[in-house]
Amino acid sequence: MRRLKVFGSLVKDSLDVITHGSKKYHIWMAFLTFVMLVGMYCYSVQLEHGLSVTGMTDRVSWGLYISNFTFLVGVAAAAVMLVMPTYVLKDIDFKQAVLIGEGIAVAALIMCLAFVIADMGGPSVLWHMIPGIGVFNFPNSMLTWDVLVLNGYLFLNISIPFYILFRHYQGKESNSKVYIPGALLSVFWAVGIHLVTAFLYQGLQARPFWNNALLGPRFLASAFAAGPALIILVLAIIRTFTAFKIRNETLKKIAMVVTVAAQINLIMLISELFKEFYAPTHHSESAYYLFFGLDGKTALLPWIWTSISLNVLATVTLTFHKLRNNSKVLYFACFILFVAIWIEKGFGLIVPGFIPGPYGKIVEYTPTGIEIGVTLGIWALGAFVFTMLAKTAIKIETGALRYHKNES
Amino acid sequence: MGDSIKKWFSLNLGNSNTKPSGSCGCGNPSGGCGSHNSENTDENAIGEERHKDGFEQVFDVKMDRRSAFKKLTASLMVGAGAITTSCSVIVGDETKEKAQIDWEEQFKGNYKLMSDEEKKGTVDRLVRSYQLRTGKTISMSSKNAEEDVLFGYAFNISKCQGYMDCVTACVEENNQDRSSQMEYIRIHEMEDGKGFNFNEADDNYYHEVPAEGHFYMGTQCFHCDNPPCVEVCPVQATWREDDGLVVVDYDWCVGCRYCMAACPYDGRRFNWSTPEVPEEEVNKNQHYLGNRMRKKGVVEKCTFCVQRSRAGKNPACVEACPTGARIFGNLLDPDSTIRWVLENKKVFRLKEDLGTEPKFWYFMD
Ligand code: SF4
Ligand code: SF4
Repeated sequence: MRRLKVFGSLVKDSLDVITHGSKKYHIWMAFLTFVMLVGMYCYSVQLEHGLSVTGMTDRVSWGLYISNFTFLVGVAAAAVMLVMPTYVLKDIDFKQAVLIGEGIAVAALIMCLAFVIADMGGPSVLWHMIPGIGVFNFPNSMLTWDVLVLNGYLFLNISIPFYILFRHYQGKESNSKVYIPGALLSVFWAVGIHLVTAFLYQGLQARPFWNNALLGPRFLASAFAAGPALIILVLAIIRTFTAFKIRNETLKKIAMVVTVAAQINLIMLISELFKEFYAPTHHSESAYYLFFGLDGKTALLPWIWTSISLNVLATVTLTFHKLRNNSKVLYFACFILFVAIWIEKGFGLIVPGFIPGPYGKIVEYTPTGIEIGVTLGIWALGAFVFTMLAKTAIKIETGALRYHKNES
Repeated sequence: MGDSIKKWFSLNLGNSNTKPSGSCGCGNPSGGCGSHNSENTDENAIGEERHKDGFEQVFDVKMDRRSAFKKLTASLMVGAGAITTSCSVIVGDETKEKAQIDWEEQFKGNYKLMSDEEKKGTVDRLVRSYQLRTGKTISMSSKNAEEDVLFGYAFNISKCQGYMDCVTACVEENNQDRSSQMEYIRIHEMEDGKGFNFNEADDNYYHEVPAEGHFYMGTQCFHCDNPPCVEVCPVQATWREDDGLVVVDYDWCVGCRYCMAACPYDGRRFNWSTPEVPEEEVNKNQHYLGNRMRKKGVVEKCTFCVQRSRAGKNPACVEACPTGARIFGNLLDPDSTIRWVLENKKVFRLKEDLGTEPKFWYFMD
């Protein structure tokens, strides 16, 4: 009973925290709400007219939604890079950062699920996919695996921080025996969500561009670069706008993680390019299309070359300690790395899988305004969720928010 | 898929696929459309067919929950019925019936797992619903695969002249969306002397045929014996029937399009918007798994005209072809033309290295 009461007061207090803030905070939230409303309007148009309002066709049947989904799974998985040293190796440096990391993971997962639902032709019959009520084609379909691991990961990433914050809220220390097993599990789980998502594409013999053993590992490498890069940026923002203390060492350590992952990612990219272009086969056509265009069709060229230049620039910058230790340069490098990997895992991975088609037909894909609107709306939703989570968590962690027995 | 799909297909035409008749390819006794299900049929079905259902073997528990859900649905239905009845002053009988049908259709189970009775139930509802909406009567079949039948197809490259009569016939027969010009069949025009070079082929030509110095090759869903599209579907909305047809339950499909990504032969089409067929052009001879009207947001594909082939007729494309380039028949019947072609011609299939085992062969005179 007591727990329930504490919980009730926590909910009340956090609502209070969420609805009160500085002017900048309100402007930020109002802006996100506006973007979400626009996204909702676009989605209602899509619901009414069907997916024909998007740029997708029978020839390129997945587009912007699935691209973003794929990328965000990576961002979510990256929280693990912080979880591991903090909880298990008792690296105190990371402790505050990890709560933020898990908040990002939760927001990213919610966005993932939203993108999958936005991509469905029949959201009203989505219950067909609920195990037990519908028919769940497990273990044959990798998509069912993905549904399971993503929801499991979401659960883990909600429950662990919730436990810790709940204890801190009452002014108690959290019991490491309770959360360490959970944290360990989430470490494996994060690798799992990423591999399973890669297998979603990797397992299709119909699409040689995806049917490639390096896809899974490369997903991991790019995720461990893009995810922590985002965390660095978010921490930097939080550091300037709130009382939350994040030490420089923490950022430096995360930057180290980003650097190593970005380097590995680049090596794998070179390996892939070598395989596709040293002895090109029929199966290299998608890669040719992506990097050089085919038959004068070159829609993806600007994207992929932007991505590669940003990627190389960021990796080189991060590799030099001098540059990396300068926080301005670090933020810039993280930002361009994030953008580079977003392009690479989105447009650079999903779309060329369909081009050229099974019989060599080249039909290009360009997202429509509606599609972009829905996408932006979902990103705003993610940012909204994250801001709420982070704001509450920071208040609790800095001690501003505590349970008062008499108050409730 | 617990049943007889082998990983690697061997053309063993003599003795494959002898299964008890009247089965739907899975025989699940409690597919659950929320009605039409008596205790008796359940028990019979379990006795005869239980061994075949991989789904049920693995997910025994789930089926119980499924039926629990069914009961829930049923009780909700009673509730909804009560409400509509009590409002009967306002709404007419037909509106009530329509609402009832829509409700039952929304919460029915997967066709693959339905008993024969439940299949009939949903077909009756669909026919009635069409009648209520348009005043026209259609006939819709729920005929199951027959015993000792395995459908196959052969395409004579030397004969095809690219007239595309098959494409037109297919669109009309299968009530395909006219507004997006959906076509199951693609005819690839290739240049003589370049071999089967799909990259340079044109599958969207508008000139007079046969064009000088070109030959033609048709593709469609090949009804793979080891279909990757079936494996990947998260809800088993698409499956291989016992007579080899790969079909889709349009009402069960959630429209994720994973199967389109998995098909190596460009065999699947998606309803990007609500399909439109002018009322007078609707083919009223329908099958649940075939050419019945689709809705937006679901996947569809060639079914070898299940409404025709299971009634002993040739698919519309075969009938329409003026050159006789298309041959269809039962692979298990030693006297069929298709068997003669396979035994006497040098046949080949596309992308054999993928292990999908298409039941669609090409040959030349
Ligand atoms: S051709 Fe494509 S759609 Fe048809 S059965 Fe094979 S994989 Fe499935
Ligand atoms: S689109 Fe429909 S049939 Fe295809 S995999 Fe998804 S649910 Fe299954």
